[in-house]
Order: sequence, then structure tokens, then C-alpha cells
Amino acid sequence: MRFGFAAIMLAFAAFVVSSASPAHADEPKVLQQSVKNPDASSNPTASSVSEDKLFKELDRIAGRISIPDSKAGTLIQPEGREWRKLHQYVAPLFGAIVILGMLAALALFYSIRGRIRVEKGFSGINVLRFTSFERFVHWMTAVCFVILGLTGLNIVFGRPLLLPLVGPDAFSTLTQYGKYAHNYLGAPFALGIAIMFFMWVWQNLPSPIDWQWIKQGGGFIGKGRPPAKRFNFGQKTIFWSVVLIGGAISVTGFVLLFPFWGTTIWGMQLAQLVHSAGGLLLFAVILAHIYIGSLGMEGAFSAMGSGTVDLNWAREHHSIWAKRATVVDNDSGKPLGTAPLPAE
Amino acid sequence: MARVKFLCDADRCIDCNACVTACKNENEVPWGINRRRVVTINDGKPGERSVSMACMHCTDAPCAAVCPVDCFYTTGDAVVLHSKDLCIGCGYCFYACPFGAPQYPKTGNFGSRGKMDKCTYCSGGPEPDLTDAEFEKYGSNRMAEGKLPLCAEMCSTKALLAGDGEIIEQIYRERVRTRGYGSGAWGWKTAYKETVST
Repeated sequence: MRFGFAAIMLAFAAFVVSSASPAHADEPKVLQQSVKNPDASSNPTASSVSEDKLFKELDRIAGRISIPDSKAGTLIQPEGREWRKLHQYVAPLFGAIVILGMLAALALFYSIRGRIRVEKGFSGINVLRFTSFERFVHWMTAVCFVILGLTGLNIVFGRPLLLPLVGPDAFSTLTQYGKYAHNYLGAPFALGIAIMFFMWVWQNLPSPIDWQWIKQGGGFIGKGRPPAKRFNFGQKTIFWSVVLIGGAISVTGFVLLFPFWGTTIWGMQLAQLVHSAGGLLLFAVILAHIYIGSLGMEGAFSAMGSGTVDLNWAREHHSIWAKRATVVDNDSGKPLGTAPLPAE
Repeated sequence: MARVKFLCDADRCIDCNACVTACKNENEVPWGINRRRVVTINDGKPGERSVSMACMHCTDAPCAAVCPVDCFYTTGDAVVLHSKDLCIGCGYCFYACPFGAPQYPKTGNFGSRGKMDKCTYCSGGPEPDLTDAEFEKYGSNRMAEGKLPLCAEMCSTKALLAGDGEIIEQIYRERVRTRGYGSGAWGWKTAYKETVST
């Protein structure tokens, strides 16, 4: 029964195929093949979309897929090309300019101005500047930042600069561990930024004295020591740079750590660009901060190192704050009372 | 040497997913990774179209350009491959790829990205050809045996074509000429910076 049915179908198929002769059947075969759709029937896929048309209407082409990963529904995302251009060319250029520019500016400043000295020399009397908690938070954030910054720079510049020196296996291992360090240290860094914000925000709000400080060039250029409270305008700039840029880096960092948790691919690309631009910029700013706190100014490091500063240093650089600073005993570190008023 | 490409004839693709199944099976692709997928545009509406997509093995591959550890390389056949030993699972290749080819297993800490995996044009990887090590990491190496990728071989309607770029271009052009219509070679402008003239 089935065999007979198959035979009939086969015969019918053969009949259909043989009778489906084009209208110009008597013409030579060569011409036949180049005639478009000789039945003159319509294009069955005429109502379907074409790639060019879709690109004109939308910024990407997407559809339905059978697999659970919804990202796979995007067939073509052209913004990957934009991201590539920005990530490969614009970001490293920006980074090179700000970081090398900052290093050059600092070198120039040091060659002209030299180390900023305490004019009256050290008095030997120390006043309390930062508590141990403040110092702990600062150093936790600072150490995290240095490692985060270096591993981050490795991601941006490592391939052209470091890879040729150490070879692919060593570089890959280095970058792999760098990635782990970068991912884990992001959390204490973000925490440190948050704590520093709440600790110091009230003392970093702009005040009229700041304008005085700016007019006198902060004492960096020209003569004279402008008055300042606990934090001068330069330090306030550092504070707000760290909090705002560091905050942006932290937020985008978390977005990158948990990819596609609520972001589209464009969201991830944007987060990556903000993260790298912020990181490069903050790295340049912190270079200046490290400079002034170590080489650039005599007597500054002890503020964060031991927590105390010399009284003369305090009077020269933070005169208003120095009036109410607490003197500490040099040996025991115990507070002794407010600093004596200056002689003049 | 031949410059190999993929061409999915969107007028013939019927969304049967034979290519997906063939690839999964031949390369023993782990759970959650889909090297090849079929995307259906305007599903259920008139003008529905399906396209099979894996890695297009682009000229000037964006994935290779953005990799921080430079783990990609291009073979003599112009197949874009990468080394899983060097890969750090950062995810940048996925951000750059226009076609979403790179996939990552969730094997890192807190379920984060492991080593990237993608379509290899059935060409294996940097390990020596046709060894167990190569198969473990990258799947089968059909090209070393002189065969073409299995997805195209298994395509039920011969919508997906793989092989020398000029030959498949010619096949497609003839098809378009004979039947009188063709939506073009999807993804070719993005991947190879050229279209198939018909």
C-alpha cells in the first residue's frame, strides 16, 4: 500500500519537475540560466527585512533565539566598533597626555622651585594633624589605589609596552594575577573613598579663604604664605577629585565586575570607558598628591606618616588651623594642650 | 592560500538549528556556551528571516585588536583563533565583537568569566593539530583533516556556506541570479568590509 503510494508520489513529482519548464524553453540553455526568475513570480521574501534597511532604522539588529542567553539575540551590534576606536586609540592617548604631562609638569616645578622648605626651620614642637583612624583609612585607600592603578595601567598600556619585554606567557600570568588583584582591591578602595568622604567633607567645603589662597598662588608661585584652615584649596581640589572621580571609578568598577546585571552591552562599553578615563585621570592627579606629600614639601609627610607635624610647618602652611592645634608630647604622643600663639 | 569565510543565505535558512546542534556535538561545547546560534528577526510576522551566526573570522578582527594580552592570532586560512592559555577572561573581546561571538563559562570567582570560547572554524587552536589536548580545549580540528566546518556541512537547506571566500561568493551569486532575489551576505560588510555583488 505504502509502496504504491510512494510510486504515485514519485511519478507526480517527476511530472511536476518536467512540466516546470520556463516560458522560453526553446531558447539555448546559456541564456536560460541568466534570466531572472523566469516564471515572473514574485520574490517570496520581498516583505522580509534586509541588513541595510535594519541598520538605517535601528542601531543594532536583534531577533528571537532559542537559547537562554538573551544577549545572543543580538545579531550585529555595530557600537562595538565605536568602543574599539575609543578604547584602543582615544583612551591610551588621553592617558599618555595626562600622566606624562603631569610628570613633566612636576619635574619642571621641582627644577624651578625646588623643595618647599620650612622657612623658620623645625621648632621641635609637634602638633596632632591626623588621628590614627584617619591615617588608617588613608593608607588603606592609598595602597589599594597604587596597586589598582598599576594593574589598570597594565590593561591599557601593557600590551604595547610590557609584553615585548617579558614575552606572552609571563605577561599573561602577570596580567591574570593583576586582574585578580584589581577585582578584589576595588572593594576596600571604594570603602575607603566612602569613609574619607564622610570623615572630611565638612572641612573640604569651599570658603572665602580659598580665594585668598588661589590669588596668592597657594604659596607655590611668588612669595608669602596664604592663610589656610585644616585643608587649603589645593587639598580640597585633591579631596573632591578623589571623591568624585574615585566614586565614578568605583561605581563603574562594580558594573564591570557584575557584567550585564541590568546593563546592555552599550552600558558595559560605557562603563568601561568611564572607568578607564577616570582611572587614568585620577592616577595623574594622585601623582601630584604623592609629589607634594613627599618630595615637594619638607615636613609634609609626617602628617600622614606619624600623624603629627612640626608647629612651624603648621604655622606657615595652615596658619588658622595651627592656632587651635593640639601639641603632643614628642616621646609619648600624649596631647599637651593647644599650641602657643606665634611670637609676632 | 584560501581566505575562508562564512555566508548564511538568509533566504534559505529555516531556523532548524542543525548547525547549532552539529557544532555543539562535534566540538563538545560545554554547558552554557553557544558557539553558533540562529537568530530569527521579525519572528511570526510576515517577512520573518533567520540568520545563523557564529564567529565571522573578520578581516582586521576587533577582538584581536582589543585583547589586553594579545592572545589572538590569524591562521594562514585567515581563521581568527585564540589561545586559552593566555586568555585572562576580561571580556573585552565580547564588547568589541559586532557579532557576539566570544562566550565565557561562569567558572571564575563569584561566577565571573572563565577563559573565552568561540567558533574556531573547526580549526582547533594553538596546541599541536589533532591531539587530545587540542580537542579538550578548542574542539575538533576538521580543517587539519581537509574538511570544512561541520555547521555548514550539516545545514539542511545549504543556507550556511563555508569555505574559500571567493567560491562561496560565487555560489551565492549564482543562486541569487537563478532565483531572482537575495537579501545579501549578512554581516559581510561588517566582517570583511565587502559585499557580494549580485
